[in-house]
Amino acid sequence: MTSSTEPSLYAPREPVFPRRVSGPFRRLKWWIMAVTLGIYYLTPWLRWERGPSLPDQAVLVDLAHRRFYFFWIEIWPHEFYFVAGLLIMAGLGLFLFTSALGRVWCGYACPQTVWTDLFILVERWIEGDRNARVKLWKAKWNLRKWRLRMTKWIVWLLIAMATGGAWVFYFTDAPSLARDLVSFSAHPVAYGTIAVLTATTFVFGGFMREQVCIYMCPWPRIQAAMMDDDTLTVAYRDWRGEPRGKKRDGTTGDCIDCMACVNVCPMGIDIRDGQQMECITCALCIDACDDVMDRIGKPRGLIDYLALSDEPVERAGAAPKPIWKHVLRPRTILYTTLWSLVGVGLLYALFIRSDIGLTVSPVRNPTYVTQSDGSIRNIYDVRLRNQLGEARVFRLSVSSDSLLRIDLQGIPDGSDVTVPADSTHLQRVYVTAGPDDAAASTDVSDLRLWVEDLATGDRASRATTFNGKGN
Amino acid sequence: MADKKKTDEVSGVETTGHSWDGIEELNNPLPRWWLWTLYMTIIWGIGYTIAYPAWPMVSGATQGLLGWSTRANVVRSIEEHEALNAGLVSQLVAVDMDALSDDTDLLRYAVARGSSVFKANCSQCHGSGAAGAKGYPNLLDNDWLWGGSLSEIAYSVRHGIRNDTDTDARFSQMPAFGEILEDADIDALVEQVLALSGQDHDQAAAARGAVLFEENCAACHGETGTGDRAQGAPNLADEIWLYGADRETLKTTISMARFGVMPAWGQRLNEPDIRAVAAFVHGLGGGENPAGLDPN
Repeated sequence: MTSSTEPSLYAPREPVFPRRVSGPFRRLKWWIMAVTLGIYYLTPWLRWERGPSLPDQAVLVDLAHRRFYFFWIEIWPHEFYFVAGLLIMAGLGLFLFTSALGRVWCGYACPQTVWTDLFILVERWIEGDRNARVKLWKAKWNLRKWRLRMTKWIVWLLIAMATGGAWVFYFTDAPSLARDLVSFSAHPVAYGTIAVLTATTFVFGGFMREQVCIYMCPWPRIQAAMMDDDTLTVAYRDWRGEPRGKKRDGTTGDCIDCMACVNVCPMGIDIRDGQQMECITCALCIDACDDVMDRIGKPRGLIDYLALSDEPVERAGAAPKPIWKHVLRPRTILYTTLWSLVGVGLLYALFIRSDIGLTVSPVRNPTYVTQSDGSIRNIYDVRLRNQLGEARVFRLSVSSDSLLRIDLQGIPDGSDVTVPADSTHLQRVYVTAGPDDAAASTDVSDLRLWVEDLATGDRASRATTFNGKGN
Repeated sequence: MADKKKTDEVSGVETTGHSWDGIEELNNPLPRWWLWTLYMTIIWGIGYTIAYPAWPMVSGATQGLLGWSTRANVVRSIEEHEALNAGLVSQLVAVDMDALSDDTDLLRYAVARGSSVFKANCSQCHGSGAAGAKGYPNLLDNDWLWGGSLSEIAYSVRHGIRNDTDTDARFSQMPAFGEILEDADIDALVEQVLALSGQDHDQAAAARGAVLFEENCAACHGETGTGDRAQGAPNLADEIWLYGADRETLKTTISMARFGVMPAWGQRLNEPDIRAVAAFVHGLGGGENPAGLDPN
C-alpha cells in the first residue's frame, strides 16, 4: 500500500514513557487518585439500615426491582427526573470547569486518566523509570524482559479485574455477590460484565492510554467550544523561554531545552509547541519545569497555568490579570447560576415529594355503566404507591356536588386498601350515582378522589370527572 | 510525484501529494490500530452472518450455525413462565370456584390470566371493555341472565349458551309470538312490558296486555316480569335491555323472539383459562357471591 513516493495514511503509535515527577500538581493528582478510586472501590460495601423488607446497601442500583437507593434517598422509575437533573448538573459542572480551567476534568478526574496514572505507577515500580523502560522496550525478548513484562501484565490484570468486579457490586447486594462470585455460582451476566470491564480497563489503561483521549473520546472536541481567551490552560511562556538553549551567555532565554516537560508528558507532546488538541492539562510539565527552574536559579512559571489573553499583556511587560478575574466572568457566573438553579430545583423536588403516590385513570371503555336499578356507574383505575418500608392502609373517598357512592373491587364492605411496603397497588374503584341523582343525568360532572393514610392522617387527592348518560 | 515528503507551508503538515485545482490534500494519518479495528469489524461481520440467520436465499434466509430464532425464544420463554406458574395453575384447577375470592394471590393470578384470555377470545362480541353491544350482554353491570357468581359464570363460559355442540349448554327458547298472537295483542303486550319497567305507556292497552302477559309470558318472565335465571329469562322490570326498550324493538322481540348463541368454550380453552376468564369477568364490577347478593 505504501511506496517510497506515497506517504502512509496510517501511522503506528509512538510509545510514550512518562518520567516520574514530583511537585504540588503531582501531589494533588495522587490525592485525587486515592479519593476517586477509594470512592469507586469502597462505596458498594457501605451499609445503610432501611428495615427488614429493603436492601441495606447504601448505594444500590436495583435494576431487577426498579429501585435506586442512595443512602436515605430512594428513587423509583417515575422519579427518573432526579437522575436526569443530576446528569444536567454534571454537564453544566463540566461546562463551568472547562470554561474556567480548560480540560481540568481530563487532566485530573477522568477515569481514563486516573487508571492510566495507576497503570503507569505499576509500570514504573516493576520496570523502572523512563530510561529503564525505553531500554527495556528496545531490548530483545530475553528472560528478563519476559519476567518483567509478565509481572506487569499480571498486576495490571488484577487491577482491571478489581475494577470490573467493583462495578457489578453497585447492582446487587455486594457481600452475597462476592460470595457467589468466588464460589462460581453468580449469574453469567455478572461474570460477563466483569470480563468486559476487565478487558477494557486492561487495554485502555495499559496499551491505548493517550490514544483513547486523542482518537476515541468526543469530549476534547466539545471542550473547544467552551474555552475562550480567559480560560486558564497549561501554557509555555515562550517570550521568556525563547530562544532556548544551554548556553548561559545571555543570548538564550530561560528554557534550557532539557526536555523535562516532554519526558513527563503522558500524552507524548511538547507543550512548548503551544496549545494543542492532545494536551489534557494534567500540569505535570509545570511540576517538571518548576523543578528545573529551581535548580538553575530561575523564577518558576516558565510553564504555567495561563490564559490566552495574558500573553500579549505579558509580552508587553505588564502584569497579567489576577487569577480570580479570569475565573469570575459572565460565562462562568452564568454556568454557576444555571448549575445552582437545577440543584436547588432538585432539592426542592426531593423535599416536597409526597409520601402518597396517587394516579387516577378513568376507564373510558365504556364511559359509564347502567345498573339494573338505573343508577349510573363510572369505573376508575386508581394506582396507589407506598414508597415507605412498611405496609400502609389507605382510605379512599370521593367528593363532588352530588351524593356519589364509592365501592372498591374485591373489598365488599369497606373503603380501606392495604398497600404492602415499597410497592404499588392497582385498585379498581366504582363510583355510582343513584338513578335520580343529577350526576346520572348530566353529561360530565366534576369529581375528586381522596386518599387518606389512616395511621398518619396524610391526605392526597386527584381531580377527575364523572360521566352520566346525559339527557 | 516528488520523492521526498511534501509539506504544506501554512500548517506544516505533510501532504499526500494529491492536488486538485491547486488545493493539496493534507495527510494527518489515522492510527494503525484504527485500521485493524476496521478489519476486525469486517471479520466479525462475516462471522456474525455465519452464526446468525442472515443471507437471503431463494426460499427463506440462511439459518445460522447457532440456530437462533425469535420464535423458538418466545416458545421457550412461554414454557419458562408456565413452569413458574405451574403451582398457581394446579391450585386454580383444584379450587372451588366460589371460594376463589378468598385466596388473594390466586385470584390476582386468575384475573391477570383471564384478562388476556378475554381479549383474545371474548372481546370480539362482548367488546374490549366488556361493555357488550346490542344482543351481546354487558358484563360490567349487575344484571345477569344466567347467574353472576364465579361458578355460574364459569359454567356459562364452559358450556356456552344455546349452541348445538355442547349438550350441557345453557338452553331456553322463547316462542315467536308473531305466529301465535294477533298483531293487536302483541302491541298490547309491548305496552305492558313498558309498564313493567316504569316507562311511558298506553294504560288501556297495558291493562289488556297484562292479561295476555299473565297467560303467555309470566311462566318464564314471572308475574311481575322480574325474569327467571334458571331459564335465562331476562328481567323485564329493570333498566337493562339486551336488544333495546323502544316500542319497535320490543315488538320485533315479541313477534320473532331472540336466540342469542355463545360457543361452548370448554371445547376450545383449557380448564385454567376457563376459570381465569370467569374470575376476570366476575371482577369487572357486577360479580355476585354464591348467595346471589351483590358483593359491593
